[in-house]
Amino acid sequence: MQARFLIPVIVVIGLLGILAIGLTLDPRKVPSPLIGKPAPVFALPKLYQPDQLLTNNDLKGQLALVNVWASWCVACREEHAQIERLSTEFKLRVIGLNYKDKPEDARRWLAQFGNPYSDIAVDEPGRVGIDWGVYGVPETFVIDANGVIRYKHIGPVTASDIETVILPLIAEIQRTDTK
Amino acid sequence: MKSLSVFLLLTLITTANAQSVAEEYEVRYHALIQELRCLVCQNQNIAESNAPLAVDLKEQVAEMLQDGRSDTEIKDYLLARYGDFVLYRPPFKPLTWILWLGPFVLLAFGLFLAWKLFSDSNVETEEKVDSDAVNQIMLKSKNMKNRIDQS
Repeated sequence: MQARFLIPVIVVIGLLGILAIGLTLDPRKVPSPLIGKPAPVFALPKLYQPDQLLTNNDLKGQLALVNVWASWCVACREEHAQIERLSTEFKLRVIGLNYKDKPEDARRWLAQFGNPYSDIAVDEPGRVGIDWGVYGVPETFVIDANGVIRYKHIGPVTASDIETVILPLIAEIQRTDTK
Repeated sequence: MKSLSVFLLLTLITTANAQSVAEEYEVRYHALIQELRCLVCQNQNIAESNAPLAVDLKEQVAEMLQDGRSDTEIKDYLLARYGDFVLYRPPFKPLTWILWLGPFVLLAFGLFLAWKLFSDSNVETEEKVDSDAVNQIMLKSKNMKNRIDQS
């Protein structure tokens, strides 16, 4: 007799639990199938030397962050200080992928806010962006020394993202790679 | 004169052919873009969306169709980049079992619960009440009959 009343209560509590977990997840963060795979092949002109090409081979040899950004992207402005910290404070190699942007706008943006990138590739048509599975700028990829994508961050990078996710992950990659 | 009519007939056939090929592309193109999710505006397919990425993806799909790629090849191309989420009908595999089978499992569970509830309590008690009532009525009528008989 009691079980009959308890079962619905237990079911409802279980459902509420599942729904509560659902609330904490961000539907905009779609897991990338590219994690653990080599960075997609590309060859794009550099922003400041348009006659030179930046390719996926340039990613190899040393751990790199690839930051997808555009001058029209408001959230990129928001994360700019953090990207700058990654390159100056933590001495990481940050490569910019200028996505669906006009090169002159991109150069003006960098002149205004500062250039945290060691190199910038220009993807004006956005085709390389599709190969990288980019769907919302800014996005930041962590590429290990072998040129393999290890992590993808969607949305602006915050100070807490750097401390809790990106730096520990990089430390882990460097620890296992040097073994 | 004869050669001219043959020529005309031939051009007619080839243009009709080209038209049917174009129509086939058109049909496949629309079917594909209906089924691909726009990742920028997640509850729209790329057919409905005007987001820059959706426009680019539509171009990409059209180009791949012109290149003679199959529907599966085009879907695989996008799956490799954006994952299962890009398809409105994701593939059936262990990771998506709960997605495909969950509703049926819940339905079966609900039906089982309903069956259990009704067979356990309501039907039995109803039957009991009914038979009691019937017995009482029968008893009363018997009594009445006896009284009538006596009088």
